[in-house]
Amino acid sequence: MKDAFGTPQSLLVLGGSSEIALATARRLVARRTRTVHLAGRPGPALESAAAELRDMGAEVHTHAFDALDPDRHEEAVGKLFTEGDIDLALLAFGILGDQERDEGDPLAAVRVAQTNYTGAVSAGLVCAAALKRQGHGSLVVLSSVAGERARRANFIYGSSKAGLDAFAQGLGDALHGSGVHVMVVRPGFVRSRMTAGLREAPLATTPEAVAEAIEGGLRRRADVVWVPGALRWVMSGLRHVPRPVFRRLPL
Amino acid sequence: MSAETVSVSGWGRTAPTSARIVRPRTYEEAAEAVLGCGARGGIARGLGRAYGDAAQNAGGAVLDMTGLDRIRTIDAQSGTVVCDAGVSLHRLMEVLLPLGWFVPVTPGTRYVTVGGAIGADIHGKNHHVSGSFARHVTALDLLSADGAVRTLRRGEPLFDATAGGMGLTGVVLRASVQLLPVETSLMSVDTERAADLDDLMSRLAETDHRYRYSVAWIDLLARGSALGRSVLTRGEHAPLDALPDRARRDPLAFRPGTLPAPPAFVPEGLLGRTTVGLFNKLWYRKAPRSRSGELQRISTFFHPLDGVPHWNRIYGRGGFVQYQFVVGYGAEGTLHRIVRRISERRCPSFLAVLKRFGSADPGWLSFPVPGWTLALDIPAGLPGLGGFLDELDEEVAAAGGRVYLAKDSRLRPELVGEMYPDLGRFRALRAELDPRGVFTSDLARRLAL
Repeated sequence: MKDAFGTPQSLLVLGGSSEIALATARRLVARRTRTVHLAGRPGPALESAAAELRDMGAEVHTHAFDALDPDRHEEAVGKLFTEGDIDLALLAFGILGDQERDEGDPLAAVRVAQTNYTGAVSAGLVCAAALKRQGHGSLVVLSSVAGERARRANFIYGSSKAGLDAFAQGLGDALHGSGVHVMVVRPGFVRSRMTAGLREAPLATTPEAVAEAIEGGLRRRADVVWVPGALRWVMSGLRHVPRPVFRRLPL
Repeated sequence: MSAETVSVSGWGRTAPTSARIVRPRTYEEAAEAVLGCGARGGIARGLGRAYGDAAQNAGGAVLDMTGLDRIRTIDAQSGTVVCDAGVSLHRLMEVLLPLGWFVPVTPGTRYVTVGGAIGADIHGKNHHVSGSFARHVTALDLLSADGAVRTLRRGEPLFDATAGGMGLTGVVLRASVQLLPVETSLMSVDTERAADLDDLMSRLAETDHRYRYSVAWIDLLARGSALGRSVLTRGEHAPLDALPDRARRDPLAFRPGTLPAPPAFVPEGLLGRTTVGLFNKLWYRKAPRSRSGELQRISTFFHPLDGVPHWNRIYGRGGFVQYQFVVGYGAEGTLHRIVRRISERRCPSFLAVLKRFGSADPGWLSFPVPGWTLALDIPAGLPGLGGFLDELDEEVAAAGGRVYLAKDSRLRPELVGEMYPDLGRFRALRAELDPRGVFTSDLARRLAL
């Protein structure tokens, strides 16, 4: 069960080797979390994440999970909920793709969309149904400011996050009053493996800062969390910039 | 029997979860509700005054017991009442005061049910004299997981597991309660101020035994030499001859008034350090340095907050945490340290209460042990509060103390066994009587009770 501050005792991470997810898990394990399920692509990244959390004293289980295989989501994810309540499910998987290359390779672009959007729709609905049955819990969805307004430089990734963001908001409304809380997290540019080598955007942040914001959002039972918080105001301004101007902005 | 799925939270309004609310109106319906609880079990709920998650059951059933609200018999000679579990102490006062009887123990609110009073084994300002509520319960009917009803008497193991057992041994259906005779419905109250914590503790230790009721309100925002400055209010039921002529015409009148409730939406952060600090200062300054024999109404003396319905809304949507712990006599150093730490941290807490407990109660999970108990409210949104309270828990546990389960919403589960040595016995009894775990709550899941 979550405590008065929204800190979970059990955590499920989908996308178990995500740096943001791992930073969040570390933070939560340092508080109340004792059971962690890491679901992701089997491999050394997942195992080393598990080992790190185990060293902190958590009981960690790893599970194979593939966002691109929604046929198996019910089986792979749904069954985890039957072994005990899960207080927090963190949807953290996603790929950035390579915009320039993907524009000329529709199949690669579709892979970005399927991982970030349809994969999350399927896994999100499986989690939502299970959380609703247990009558409590949070579903935290890692969106991105890139989904707030599509930009020339990364609209394939951005559109997938836009879809995910809209989906998660709607899901939150659908689950309102069911005891289940859905929180959309919109980080800006996060310095991580995923963005290594990219030009850093203004208001760049770190996985640790995102983790801290998630913990704060859980405490407030927030619907949306921006990281850093200032992005909320920046983006609400950018949203209203006319297209011809927006197109020319060096974003 | 009506049943609907709604979001349920405690009085502190933190961590809401959803449950199917079932409202039995007879003992048979209650048995039916327990048998039909389903895989996620059920828990009895009274008026929802437990601050944390004691009367919540995510995904399962919550039995709203307020439909079982009949007072069965009153023996006005011997002063015993037999009533259903859903009867509130408020109702008992309305009915019993005109007959010259008062409830044996009342907490800071009248809006608790008899079933809840037993489940949390509540205490009041008279604990140092009278002990907890369940000590005055001579017998109770408990509905078990198999739908059977057992009559339990004081001293039986299951009775002692049920007193303070947070509803996890079954559903209390009815209870016989031994009452306290009173001549009037007024209180004769002595008020005095204590300049600091040492002054307060010595006054309480030296003169508490002269009063049936005793409590001190502490300004936890005061610092330096004023650390722990407090107002002591102690009293006794006023005898008839203490009343002025006019009041003697109707000495047992009970007509508590209420103010309007705060609106459903209150912005958060209204109760910050400045506002609460100012309030505390005024409260302390307006209290007389020393005054004795003041006549106060029962509602003023015992239940000042009941005058404001839904007062818990003032903390806004984020809710609040009530932290109440007890440390034994001899652990005054721990109490001092904790008070200093709370003051240094500037927790905006305007309802801190210090009291001395008398001897421990027989309930296995009953909270009171002989010693000092401090209770305070803190807005849940205060950054870093979780970690801070964890540190206080460690100090409390190291001193052999404990926190109150009826108020808890955040204790680290590993500590509960240390704080409640009878927990092993309690778990074993539950496993034996209720192997399928029909009776469960969010509190029970969180702390693995």
